[in-house]
Parts: sequence; C-alpha cells; structure tokens
Amino acid sequence: MTLQAAPGSAVPAPRILPDRLVSPLRRFATSWEALLLAVAAAVFVANALASPYFLDVWNLSDATFNFTEKSIVALAMAFVIMAGEIDLSVGGIVALCSTAMGEAAAAGLGTPGLVAVGLGVGAACGLFNGLLVARLGLPSIMATIGTMSLYRGLSYLALGDGVLKGYPADFAWFGQGYAWGPLSVEFACFLALSAVAGVALHRTVFGRAVRAIGSNAFAALFSGLRVGRIRVVLFVLTGLASGLAAVMLTGRLGSTRPSIALGWELDVVTIVVLGGVSIQGGSGTMPGVVIAAFVMGLVTYGLGLLNVPGIVMSIVVGAMLIGTIALPILVGRALRRRRTA
Amino acid sequence: MGARALSSVLRFTPPRDDAAALPAPLLELRGVSKVFPGVRALDGVDLTLRPGRVTALVGENGAGKSTLVKILTGIHRPDGGEIRVKGAPVAFASPQDAEAARITAIHQETVLFDELTVAENIYLGHAPKTRLGFVDWPALRARSAALLYGLDAPIRPSTRLKDLSIAQRHLVAIARALSVDSEVVIMDEPTAALSHKEVDDLYRVIDRLKGQDKAILFISHKFEELYRIADDYAVFRDGRTVGSGRMAAIDHAGLVKLMVGRSVDQVFPKAPAVIGAPVLEVEGYSHPTEFAALSFSLRRGEILGLYGLVGAGRSELCQSLFGVTPPSDGSVRVEGREVRIRSTADAIRAGIVYVPEERGRHGAVLSMPIFENASMGCLGAVSRRGFIRSAEEFKLARHYAERFDLRAASLSQPVGTLSGGNQQKVVIGKWLATKPKVIILDEPTKGIDIGSKSAVHAFMSELAGQGLAVLMVSSELPEILGMADRVMVMREGRMAGLFERAGLTPELLVEAATGNAGSLH
Repeated sequence: MTLQAAPGSAVPAPRILPDRLVSPLRRFATSWEALLLAVAAAVFVANALASPYFLDVWNLSDATFNFTEKSIVALAMAFVIMAGEIDLSVGGIVALCSTAMGEAAAAGLGTPGLVAVGLGVGAACGLFNGLLVARLGLPSIMATIGTMSLYRGLSYLALGDGVLKGYPADFAWFGQGYAWGPLSVEFACFLALSAVAGVALHRTVFGRAVRAIGSNAFAALFSGLRVGRIRVVLFVLTGLASGLAAVMLTGRLGSTRPSIALGWELDVVTIVVLGGVSIQGGSGTMPGVVIAAFVMGLVTYGLGLLNVPGIVMSIVVGAMLIGTIALPILVGRALRRRRTA
Repeated sequence: MGARALSSVLRFTPPRDDAAALPAPLLELRGVSKVFPGVRALDGVDLTLRPGRVTALVGENGAGKSTLVKILTGIHRPDGGEIRVKGAPVAFASPQDAEAARITAIHQETVLFDELTVAENIYLGHAPKTRLGFVDWPALRARSAALLYGLDAPIRPSTRLKDLSIAQRHLVAIARALSVDSEVVIMDEPTAALSHKEVDDLYRVIDRLKGQDKAILFISHKFEELYRIADDYAVFRDGRTVGSGRMAAIDHAGLVKLMVGRSVDQVFPKAPAVIGAPVLEVEGYSHPTEFAALSFSLRRGEILGLYGLVGAGRSELCQSLFGVTPPSDGSVRVEGREVRIRSTADAIRAGIVYVPEERGRHGAVLSMPIFENASMGCLGAVSRRGFIRSAEEFKLARHYAERFDLRAASLSQPVGTLSGGNQQKVVIGKWLATKPKVIILDEPTKGIDIGSKSAVHAFMSELAGQGLAVLMVSSELPEILGMADRVMVMREGRMAGLFERAGLTPELLVEAATGNAGSLH
C-alpha cells in the first residue's frame, strides 16, 4: 500500500521542520550533567587541597572501592526508576546472594560455581520482584519493601548470629584484584558496565521503551510496547546487578554476615536521583548517573580522609539528596516568577 | 386572509424593545478571549445572563464552551475582555473568587468527595460553626436536609457520596451551590448520563431555581431539552458568539445553522469510496462484562461508523480488538486469516491499529518529542538488531510531519506543547508508519478545533481511498453521517443496528442507540 498523498490533491508546499532547534552542545552546557561534572571537579579539588594523601594514584584507586559495588547496582536501578518503578530490595538481595554463596562455599563449591550461585540467586530474586509487580500488579514500592525484609529475613534465618567464612582464596579476586596497574577489577567492571548501560539506554529500542513506559505507561502499552515483559526484565536486571555486587563485596570482605549491605537501597537510589533521573520516571541520562556515582564516592571518601564521623557523613548525603530534588523545583519557580513579573 | 391582514397591521407597530421588558443582567461578558499555546479557544465572546432565566449555550465540540465555564469559575484567567457581575467589573484570580461572586458550575467532574457524607459535601469550606469554633454538626445536618428538601431530593444528608447515583450527585452539587447562595448556576451537560425520569426531576429543580431568581447557564447538545427548559440562547462557533436571543424566536434548523455556519457537505470532505473485499471479519465477539455476540465485517476502502451512547461498549470493543483486554469468546479474521490477539503488539502485527479517544493519556507520550512518538509503534523498522538508527527515525517523523502539514517548531519539540489537532496528527502518523490494514479511530476529532477537524476528516477519507479499512467511533452525529459508508449502532454492549449510508437519518441512529423510538419528536 502506498502512503503518499493521492495525485492531484492540493498539498500545500510542506514547511521544512528542523530535527532540533537547540544544538546538542548548547543543550549539554545547560544540563544537569554539566552541573554535576562541575560539582565532581569541585569536590575533587577540595579533597586534594584538604588532604595531602588524596592525589596519590593508589589512594585514588582505593577511593573507588567504597562506591563501585553500589554504583553497579545504581546502573540497573536507573533503568527501573526511569521506567517509573523502584526496587528497594537490592540490599536484601545482596545479603541473600552472599549467604547462598557462603553456604555453597561451605559445601565445597569452587569459585566459578560460587559466582554462578551469586548471579543466579540475584536473578531469581529479581524475577520474583518483577512477577509481583508486572503480573500481580502490586505497586513496586510496596512489593520491594516486602521482599527487602523477606530476602534479608531468609539470610538471618540461615545464619542467625553466625558468620560464613570459608571462601576459596581466588574468590577474593573479584573484590580485591587488579585488572591493570592500579585499576581494580571492580572499577574496570563498573566502567565497562556504565558504557553498556549508557548505550542500552540511549541507543537501543529497549532503552526507548523504558523511557516511554516511565513517561506514560498507558501510551506505551497503546503503542504496542510489551510493558509487562519489560518491567519483569528490569527487575531481573537489578537482581543480577545486586548478585554481581554481592560477589564483589563478599570477595572483598572475605566473609558473610546477614547484616551485609544493610541500607544500600537508599544509597543506590540517592546516586540515581542525584544523577538527574526523575523519581517519577521518564527522564534522565546514564552519564548523569555515572557522574553522580563519582560525586557520592568522592564526597564520602573525602569526608573519610578528614576523619569525619559516619553520622555526619549520612547527614551530608541526606542533605545532598534533598538539595538535588529541591533545586530544580526552586529554580523552576524562580524562572516562572520572573516570567510572570 | 385574516392572519395576513393582522401581520400587516403589526408591521407598523414600533418594534418591541426586548431588553426593556427583561430584568437587568446579572452577569455580562464582553469580548472575552483566551489563548492557549497553538489554539485561540475564545476569540471575543459576548454573553448575558439574566436573573430568573435559563440561557442555553450551544456550540460544537471545541467551540469554546468549556473554556468559558473554566473562566467563569476562576480556573482560567481570560486574556482580554470584560466580565461584569451586576454591572461591576470583576476579575477572578481563583475558584474562591468566583464562589465569592456567587457563581457555581455543576458538571460531570464537579469536585465532590466520595468518602464524605452528603451534608459534609454541601457545606465543605463554609460549615456552620459553634461559638467555640467547632463545626456545628446538628445545624449542618439540619440545613443540608432543608436544602435537599427544597430541591425535592429524597437524599439523606448522612449518606456517603459514593453511594449516590450520578443524578443524585448533581442534586448534591446544586444543593452546594444553593448553600453558598449562588446567583449564577452553570450546568455543563448535566443530563448526559441521566435517565428520562431523572432528567424530568432535574427540570423541576431548574424551574424552582428560576423561581428564586437565579440566572442559569445550561450547556447541552440535546436540542429537545433546550426547547423544553431554556428562555434565551447563545451560540458559540470557533470561540466567537455567533448569535443570541430568545429561544422562542429561533427554530431547530436556525440553531444548527448558527452552530455549524456552513453546510454539512462542506464540513465533511468525504470522497466516494471504492469498497473492496472484507479485511476484518469479527464473529460472535464477546467480553465478560462489556459486550456480547458482536458480528460485523469491515471492507477495504470503507469507513464503518460506530455509534452509540456513552457506556454502550464501543471503546471497550475497540480496545479489545486492539489487544488491550482479551475477549471471552468469538473470532477475528484479518484478510481471511484467523488471528489471535492477546497483546497490543499482536494487534499491530496483524495490521490493526487504534487511535484512542484520550490522546494525552493513551495516545501519545506528551513529554517525549515528536520524532520519538512517531516511531514508537514501529521501533523495529527504524532499528537494526535493537539499536535505533537516529537518521532513519528522523526521516520517518519528517515524512509524516510533512504529509500532514504538522505545525511544530522542530521534530524535537515535546508532543504536549502541540495543539490537539497536531497531537492527533502525530498519533495517526505513528500508526501509518506501521503500514496497518485496519485503523480504529476512537472519537478522532474530540477536543480539536474546527480547522484541524476537517483536516483529520480529509485524511481519514484519503486513507480509505488508499485501501485502508477504517472503523470510526464517534458520538457526533454529523461526523457519523458525513463520513461513514456504513454505520453500526451499539446499545448496552449489543448490536442495535447496521445501516447503509444511503437513506440514513439522525433519527434512525438515535432510535437504535437509545432503543426508545418515542424519545424523539
């Protein structure tokens, strides 16, 4: 079937519509990512000035350890939040994965087997979340608050007050090893996954579908997108990312307690929101999330170097989160006031 | 002979000054205008409401009636013109200001609270207080009961609102208007969802309000009820007042002429159809609750109109064919091949696409740019191995934007910033990109200004001419009569008639849709 205009019909000369009016460069200059990049640079300089040890290459490498695991989970969480959902069970998934690996190690499983157990349990937990949300139609915030307790509860049930330690020596490579010079395995993995996540979100059909669902799930459904299936996949992905984080964290610590990764979900959500992803879904970029991960890492590590106690650190993180959400609202309000005045 | 002589005598009497015989206006609008991005909703309207009289406001969808109601109730602020209450100019900055000026609107979406009681709804915000500042509950209940009694409404003040019918909710809304002593009462399509008896009850209430010297603005599409209830009329077309006067001085045809302002042939660019073989054949199609045993076929090049009252199951049928809700029974064949449609993706693959009634909620992702909306139905066609090819995506969007003469600044503009008609062009373009065989249009021109309306009709006709099968749901009789080759009428989820274009009259359709031949005179 041809869809050209019928011959003879009086079609007015079509006006030329440009692809876009604002050039990508100018758009970047006024973007949230540019602001974040400036903040990251400022925090970096402040750290360098405040502590003489900061600028050492190995020290910087050490600095990455305290946030790469959470940041890997944040990459997956960014997709979930962009689709208008949230997964609060990631900390619980890490605990359950770590417990499962500990039990498997106690049963004599080798390192490849342990990694498979970690990723497998993570994916299974994610699948369960996804089915609760997509098939039963539970709001994701309720479903994952439930599974957050459920997964960690299972972990407590298995371990009680105990500790699992008997990991094989080469298992530590995932959490402590170096890929090249001072570049740790964890950090290399994070960089590679960031690139994959960025391409997936901004260049693929899947990423487009995720944004469409987050912006208007009805319209996405009415456009033929498989909304339910995509939601399940998103939760499986966060489950997998949590499983990978569990492998790294367990390898780094060399032991499993049921309280492992307690409270991670909030740090992970903070990174994503700080990265400019709308908590209502639909908008945000992967570079923003990656930069936000660096900002979070630099701030907490810098404060650590200055011997700032943990309580103060959590106050700083909390203030950053509220500031991030409040700032665009305040700026928008100021702009509107100027326009109406 | 005698009558002619009498009229020739009357011709020489000085013309009676209508205004002098009428009470002074309660509410006057002069040259009120309102512009939304891309649409001039009101372009200098005049309106006069007088105490003790019902003024009918008529106009096609999109003529500016709802915008006017929103201005009078303080929701929108006008961009120009003057509003006078009892001769004094007013400006409403908020709905509270409008309420203080004693103007109340009653419509389907009147804000009432389901979980509160009738009495609480009536007095919310201005409840009688005791000396200590607490709500005076006995007084509240007594006054509510008195108001409802005054309306002859058998509703207990302690009933929760969610347990009431739509008609009873209207009465509560009217009681609320009376509780703040409103002088101007606006009723926006109050009878749309009411039964005949409930409509009669409403008429009695309106007569009572007239007796209390309220000025009533009555918005309706149903001419019979306007002649029954209204004293004066005002007609809007394309955001302007095109006529006003006494209801007794104008007949049905005169009102229609003012409303439409042109003949039906000019409004509907319907090309002679070349109708081919059946494309869509539906048999025994049923839904657990919404419709049952529907059988019909749709042929190449044909526009099949689907008419019925609100709640007849038309949208539900369309959404089921499009895979949103599965049917419980029946078969669907596309070009002779039986298809099983369990998801919207299945429907698109089978060649069935659906342009929903609510563009903003279901049709388009308003916050996303034009090009992303345009490709959303056929992402596979603009991608390779799951990676989107940006150049092809823009090419596709530009193709349909030029074909439909889309009014936009750039293809990266969010769809939400376009006018209703242009949004509809994006949604239809999205579906044409999937190369469909059957296109279902659900109220395709609802909320669209008149210029874009005929553009939508023109390309609907063009699509049919190119061999597409079109199923058009519409509640607007002129649209159905003007565009459809055949019309299927649904009533309460069942087929109530199938009519050929030739010899079709509005009366036939309305009779079939209401199942009540006596309702039309």
